[in-house]
Amino acid sequence: MSILNAKEPIGPLEMRWKKHLFDLALVAPQNRNKHKIIVIGTGLAGASLCATLGEAGYRVSSFCFQDSPRRAHSIAAQGGINATKNYQNDGDSVWRLFYDTIKGGDFRARESNVYRLAELSANIIDQAVAQGVPFAREYSGYLANRSFGGTQVSRTFYARSQTGQQLLLGAYGAMSRQVESGQVTHHSRTEMLEIITIDGKARGVVVRDLISGELSTHLADCVVLCTGGYSNAYYLSTNAKGCNTSATWRAFKQGAYFANPGFTQIHPTCIPPTGENQSKLTLMSESLRNDGRIWAPKNKADCKKNPKDIKEEDRDYFLERLYPAFANLVPRDVASRAVKHICDEGYGVGVKIHNQRLGVYLDFSNVIEKIGLEAVEEKYGNLFEMYERITDENPCETPMKIYPAPHYSMGGLWVDYNLMTTLDGLFAAGEANFSDHGANRLGASALMQGLADGYFILPQTIANYLARNTFDDIDENHDQVQVALSSVKNRIDQLMQAPDAQHSPEYFHQKLGKILWESCGMSRERGKLEQAIVELNDLKCEFWQKIKVTGIDKDLNQTLERAGRMADFIELGELMCKDALKREESCGAHAREEYLSSGGEAKRDDENFSFVSAWEYHKEGAKLHEEHLHFEFIKPTVRNYK
Amino acid sequence: MIFTLHIWRQKSPQVGGSFSTYIINNIDGDTSFLEMLDQLNEQLIHQNEDCIVFDYDCREGICGACSLVINGYPHGEKTATTTCQLYMREYKNETELWIEPWRANSFAVLKDLTVDRSAFDRIIQSGGYVSVHTGSAPEANNILVEKNTADEAFSAAECIGCGACVAVCPNASASLFVAAKISHLMLLPQGEIESNGRAHNMMMQMQDEGFGSCSNHRYCERVCPKGISLQNITRMNNILG
Repeated sequence: MSILNAKEPIGPLEMRWKKHLFDLALVAPQNRNKHKIIVIGTGLAGASLCATLGEAGYRVSSFCFQDSPRRAHSIAAQGGINATKNYQNDGDSVWRLFYDTIKGGDFRARESNVYRLAELSANIIDQAVAQGVPFAREYSGYLANRSFGGTQVSRTFYARSQTGQQLLLGAYGAMSRQVESGQVTHHSRTEMLEIITIDGKARGVVVRDLISGELSTHLADCVVLCTGGYSNAYYLSTNAKGCNTSATWRAFKQGAYFANPGFTQIHPTCIPPTGENQSKLTLMSESLRNDGRIWAPKNKADCKKNPKDIKEEDRDYFLERLYPAFANLVPRDVASRAVKHICDEGYGVGVKIHNQRLGVYLDFSNVIEKIGLEAVEEKYGNLFEMYERITDENPCETPMKIYPAPHYSMGGLWVDYNLMTTLDGLFAAGEANFSDHGANRLGASALMQGLADGYFILPQTIANYLARNTFDDIDENHDQVQVALSSVKNRIDQLMQAPDAQHSPEYFHQKLGKILWESCGMSRERGKLEQAIVELNDLKCEFWQKIKVTGIDKDLNQTLERAGRMADFIELGELMCKDALKREESCGAHAREEYLSSGGEAKRDDENFSFVSAWEYHKEGAKLHEEHLHFEFIKPTVRNYK
Repeated sequence: MIFTLHIWRQKSPQVGGSFSTYIINNIDGDTSFLEMLDQLNEQLIHQNEDCIVFDYDCREGICGACSLVINGYPHGEKTATTTCQLYMREYKNETELWIEPWRANSFAVLKDLTVDRSAFDRIIQSGGYVSVHTGSAPEANNILVEKNTADEAFSAAECIGCGACVAVCPNASASLFVAAKISHLMLLPQGEIESNGRAHNMMMQMQDEGFGSCSNHRYCERVCPKGISLQNITRMNNILG
């Protein structure tokens, strides 16, 4: 095991990014056009990066698997984006956002990175407003704010419940402007399948044109992965169906370390599953917890009753009871565990699946009484509509039913302070890296991080990398390019011609999801994790024997796309379990049954586990490296939301 | 429930397509329209057949990827709903469903139910943004926007770029899509300065892509899953003069 160095600047926290910016080397404007940069993924991080690099004068090649950059999964983020504007004069500051984020992440994130994120947050709002992002406003014309889980200030900016959509369309517009100017060459419906590494540096990618099935290689001076998270490994999740780990997993196999793969967030407020053939779960924004009150029946006999027939005194507002200070606004991991606990004890509501009712109520009757139906609909109208469309129930009349679902992955490729992975010239941004959220992400922080990485951090650190390195001319005939290309070809052949082809990718996805949800979901335990690792190994063998892809590979073939993504998910699943097994403590969203207090709270072990686990790929099994976390400015304490 | 599905199958843009008929059973009301197609595809894999290709991603009605014409209606008959948010409880048992791709010359069918909508990206590239350089933005609250105006801009900005407006239009016009973006940005002080050039460039690009003109059939407004208003087209026409 080796110790990793994040290359953080030293000195006063407030000065670190400023000093670092000055220390970074620059590329002069007239030289920028000589450099080519590949960006994979066009969500908030990718689109904002393409726009900014293009404006600066670099040549950019971007790729996304969707049919347009505007459809990247950032589009689905609902609730909002945090920024330390302190417009509400309620005591917010850069320091407080930094503190909330470190604490929310249960002291498993790097102080320097998180402080920089908090510092840049205000600037993101300025940029988005200038682009025409229609944030919510007061009647005075000033920007409006709301509060969000895990904080006691109102620092969240929002655009109804489509904040991700509006921010992404802003970044997509800025990126489109650079496509028009010729600085960015974009390729939609194109999936990255391999990284090309030459002399220890990432120099290009192998991609598959999803319409024709043709493979091609693209070369550049560096490569940036903005390819999102991996919660889709659980099969039923709030992620889009196309979300996948393939780009980050290829990078891992090429030498980029994978950090904290076991840190995955289960979001408390999602529409409960209803049946076996369901393809995904739908999130109901955390902002609903501002005004909705979560409860379950006090008596088990009431669980199957119509909620209207359950008297007020027979309702258990368990978050308010357990956490009086934060009440319904406790962080996501705390809320999810409490909901699970209530349902496991037999107080859940809704349809019975596998003999258990998985749901609790999220009730708006109090707030409707207080501020009126119209005002509530103004705030949450489109969420209510979405809920009604899916469940056929009107939340203004019948309380919503909610249950936790996999939503976000804090883990991702390990990156240093410059957001570069352990593979030289390979950078990772947004949810694809592990950098800022520790063991649990606070609401409205993902949009902030993606845009901070893309608009403000990477354009500077990439310039530094380009300025400090020399790049030999390479062409497609280079041995390593051909090796990468043929490895992709072989893999596709294996997927198309499994020896005993029987099962669709969906079959394997469901199996994988079940194993992960039960062993590496909201609660983890040694025995189950060990068992899961064995099962996942078997599943991997079964996959390569029995995967069945119909049609041909030189064609638009969605079954083949899914099969390739599944192969990577199964391997990642094993690493998730390995990481969760190795971390013999509970922290944030990582709840090991053996290390919980009697009240079900996470019990951290700072003495032995105050580190980022970073896994290095080896054929015979991944090897663990540690990046030790140093808390110079905030003393790790027991998280207390009571 | 049991459904008879007549689904458009087409191998590539170059060859003609036709309907194939499939029977699917054991569908319950809480199954979404796309989940029903997922189940059909599972059957096809089992029978060693090539799957039906259709676009989808978020399945929450926001990414704009899904795009089916169902019994003649883009995204089905239910108003203000994308195909992915359509549930089978909307249909009577044993209904026959005709499922087709968006049909417009500017949206070539790539395969089966999937079409090429890259023309929309090119329209946005021609001017659908505020030309602001990263880093040059002023303090956010220096730009005040009256709430009603901000709300109106938001309503136009909600467009998900799915293309249902084009699919339903007898002229295959993209006017609602183009007008929504022009309107969103011209209403806001940040975007107002460039409004004339933007509107002109985007309209030219729309024509170059082969989309037709608006002749006030107003079907687009009715099928738009986000309820984008025709008022945006009026606003666009006013600025184009």
